[in-house]
Amino acid sequence: MTERRFAIEVEDLTLAYQDKPVLWDIDLHVPEGILMAIVGPNGAGKTTLIKTILGLLKPAAGRITIYGKPFVAQRKLVAYVPQRGSVDWDFPTNVLDVVMMGRYGRLGWVKWPGREDRELAMEALRKVGMANFAHRQISQLSGGQQQRTFLARALVQDAQIYFMDEPFQGVDATTERAIIQLLKELRAAGKTVVVVHHDLQTVSEYFDWVTLLNVRRIASGPVSQVFTEENLRLTYGGKVAFLSKTAVSQSTPDTLQPASSGG
Amino acid sequence: MSVQLEVQLIAVVVAVACALPGVFLVLRGMAMMSDAISHTVLLGIVLAFFLVGDLDSPLLIVGAALMGVLTVTLVELLNQTQLVKQDAAIGLVFPALFSVAVILISRFARGVHLDVDAVLLGELAFAPFDRVQFWGLDVPIALAVMGGILVLNGLFIGLFYKELKLATFDPALAAALGFSPVLLHYGLMTLVSVTAVGAFDAVGSVLVVALMITPPATAYLLTNRLSHMLGLSAVIGAGSALAGYWLARLLDANIAGSMATMTGAIFLVTFLLAPERGIVAILRRRQRQRWEFAQAALTIHLLHHEDSPQADEECRVDHLGEHLRWQRPFADEVVRLARRHGLVTQDNGRLYLTDKGRQTVQDAIVR
Amino acid sequence: MELLNSLLFDYTLRTVALGAATLGIVSGALGSFAVLRRQSLLGDAMSHAALPGVVIAFMLTGSKTPVILLVGAAVAGWLGALLMNGVVRNTRIKEDSALGIILSVFFGFGLMLLTFLQRNPDARQAGLNSFLFGQAATLLISDVIPMAILGTIVLLLVLIFWKEFKLLSFDRDFAASLGYPVAWLDVVLTSLLVLAIVVGLQAVGVVLMSAMVVAPAAAARQWTDRLGVMVFLAALFGAIAGVGGAMISSLGSGLSTGPVVVLVVSGIVLLSLLFAPNRGLVWNWVRQQRDRRKLRLQSVLTNMYYLAEQHDDMAHPHAVTVLQAMNFGQGGVRRSLHVLRERGLVQESSSGFWALTAEGVEEARQLIDSRRAGKGGDR
Repeated sequence: MTERRFAIEVEDLTLAYQDKPVLWDIDLHVPEGILMAIVGPNGAGKTTLIKTILGLLKPAAGRITIYGKPFVAQRKLVAYVPQRGSVDWDFPTNVLDVVMMGRYGRLGWVKWPGREDRELAMEALRKVGMANFAHRQISQLSGGQQQRTFLARALVQDAQIYFMDEPFQGVDATTERAIIQLLKELRAAGKTVVVVHHDLQTVSEYFDWVTLLNVRRIASGPVSQVFTEENLRLTYGGKVAFLSKTAVSQSTPDTLQPASSGG
Repeated sequence: MSVQLEVQLIAVVVAVACALPGVFLVLRGMAMMSDAISHTVLLGIVLAFFLVGDLDSPLLIVGAALMGVLTVTLVELLNQTQLVKQDAAIGLVFPALFSVAVILISRFARGVHLDVDAVLLGELAFAPFDRVQFWGLDVPIALAVMGGILVLNGLFIGLFYKELKLATFDPALAAALGFSPVLLHYGLMTLVSVTAVGAFDAVGSVLVVALMITPPATAYLLTNRLSHMLGLSAVIGAGSALAGYWLARLLDANIAGSMATMTGAIFLVTFLLAPERGIVAILRRRQRQRWEFAQAALTIHLLHHEDSPQADEECRVDHLGEHLRWQRPFADEVVRLARRHGLVTQDNGRLYLTDKGRQTVQDAIVR
Repeated sequence: MELLNSLLFDYTLRTVALGAATLGIVSGALGSFAVLRRQSLLGDAMSHAALPGVVIAFMLTGSKTPVILLVGAAVAGWLGALLMNGVVRNTRIKEDSALGIILSVFFGFGLMLLTFLQRNPDARQAGLNSFLFGQAATLLISDVIPMAILGTIVLLLVLIFWKEFKLLSFDRDFAASLGYPVAWLDVVLTSLLVLAIVVGLQAVGVVLMSAMVVAPAAAARQWTDRLGVMVFLAALFGAIAGVGGAMISSLGSGLSTGPVVVLVVSGIVLLSLLFAPNRGLVWNWVRQQRDRRKLRLQSVLTNMYYLAEQHDDMAHPHAVTVLQAMNFGQGGVRRSLHVLRERGLVQESSSGFWALTAEGVEEARQLIDSRRAGKGGDR
């Protein structure tokens, strides 16, 4: 629809766990330089989708390209922020060390991180407002600080495309604002950011692009065009009760029930 | 009753008595607790022996049971400090308690018929020689003891079946309904301890683990229902015991080792051949579903693209190879199958969904 | 002094201590990764699973050379780990059950083979004692040298792939997204653990080997928040336990080395859990008491401030009983008042009646202000 380059192209992607299909025939064309949310109900395959794009899961069919080439060739263009709960925060290491792990991809085998990596990591920590916590043991971080640490680790990957799995899950309001500010800065610098998100109320405010997913791709495009009540109904079945009036463009207020927290 | 028959009977009783509480260990993810308990009960026995000075006293079993419960408690306390994880807590507690027992025995109980090898390994073949008068019947002690434990296990599980089931699958609900999961938990752990003590005389503590865990795990591959799982575990345990006995006779080898080997063999066969969850069944189902899956993928692909501007291009047979990553022969076969099932029609290389095909898609994607 | 003397000059004891130290270092280091990856009990399972390997190695070669038997042990332990992985990945059976199955069935199978080989079904006469409890006391220098070589290789590999193992242990998915072959790294790390166990089997035996994997690492974890330091400390603790255990068992008659080593290392764990700075239970308790006392002081001070506010005179004295009622259920009001008096914040105007001093008023006001600010800053 535009002349823009596509950062990510997914075509006819199908993936099954054991014998059960989790993603059916997904087509996705993500233009460069946008901030995109992936939304959908629990079990819709949001995390599965980004893990598949990142090559962590093997699809049954379909094709995935990053800037026109297969993922394996473009690995260094991609950064990843897993769900905060996916790691053991009691692991004996400190914040700076975790952030430096973001450099491991460029370092390659056996080589140890050096002074330059350390400086890059410190710079990333400054960007997320965590410079004072560099030597703090990770178990002593709050949820928001853990998330910022993960974000800094992605920043030092110095990528073109950022995949983030629920970065707002369980973080305080200040951190949420700081993260969204950072994401907007990334977008301004021409990066592409893909975020698995579950708070429908903030989609319009935070993102400019959205993909609605429920095993199939229901819709994908600019928020103003595809984040409609109709599409949400298709995505969530009849269960759109928790949408706020303002969250949905072109909504008819009568059909929607009072908003409750989406967090 | 001949000695041979008695040995087999004891073996079966031990196996069944172990399998019953084992079911709950397997379901609750506490299988390794049986390993811990079967080692630490030794300390309970030693301490009780120092207290009463009689190796045949039934108080030894009480001491062992208490030590089993203590082991569980220690592991849980250690876990609650959050300084170590659950698995490490088990790995810390039982070697320490066991070491204390070994040292106590070697220092203070030399010459007493209480040696560590016997505890770890047991010897079933000699069990019929220690006998006791029981209601006028002359039976081996092992049979009387294990028979009692079997009855105890059966009674406990029978009486608290509903509660155990609830506490195993939904501890929160059980607590809300007023059944104390903690109490049941400790009750179960006491049973495991008592069973371990009774059984290690016959088969040794390492192989108690084989009898407690392997038959229930095997049954778990065969059924979804708790009652069936209990029954199957008992049958598998008893079968392993008999098969193990005869294998041991054939090879002139250790009976307990052969029994453990048989539980493993039955597990392996089940692991490979179980009707639904076995490896062969899984592979076969995957093979079959590969075609069904491919047909569904084809119909979904067509549905997605039939109204798009590129429909003429996307919905061609030659295009499938490119977009669904299908080899041409595979794509042709899928199309052939889909046409035979009336899901699609073909016109000049362009594919169209039929109404039935459209219906199938809806079914496939609505979950 | 005599003990040190014999450690230095007694050939047997020196050999035993050397062997035990090697085992402690290697299993401590590898155990750290196992504990962090929640595979503490893998060591237990694999050491038991090694038995059939030893027996089959002997059946095939007819040799009792330790190296050959160790190769057999390693292969069997490794197969056990692999099988366990296969069961967990492909079925609904959870890891703990899979561990139990591998542990007990492999061991039972080994026992059956061994008794079959000896044509004597009595397991107690099968000569399993040394496999079960190790034979540290009879270690020869020719046993220790292969142990040390193997151990060095294992440690070198850990050092070479340090960064990769650390990443794998902390965040597997992220490692995979960076392109590291995590499945292979898993296999390598597990294989190294198998080697570490094989190194130790000869000295402490099957039953207690699991302790040597878990305990040094669990103890080390309490003292540090750095992986490198943890691995180093775990190796150190392992070595201390090894040497200490060997020495102690050389003193008493009838003490096998294995259990003594385990008790020493368990002692180290206990001390670490209690007294390690930051994480130790005792420090935690002390900190809690201190916090509670501080909170009580603050609460008494602010309560006096609120009471005084209701009078025009900030130095208006109040009865202890009133303060006690305001701090209901916390107790220790009198003690708090005495502490506050020592700091010059309150004074006893008459028996049982206390008032804020000027400093006390100032302090209380600051406390209340900072508390309000703190509440505002939360949201």
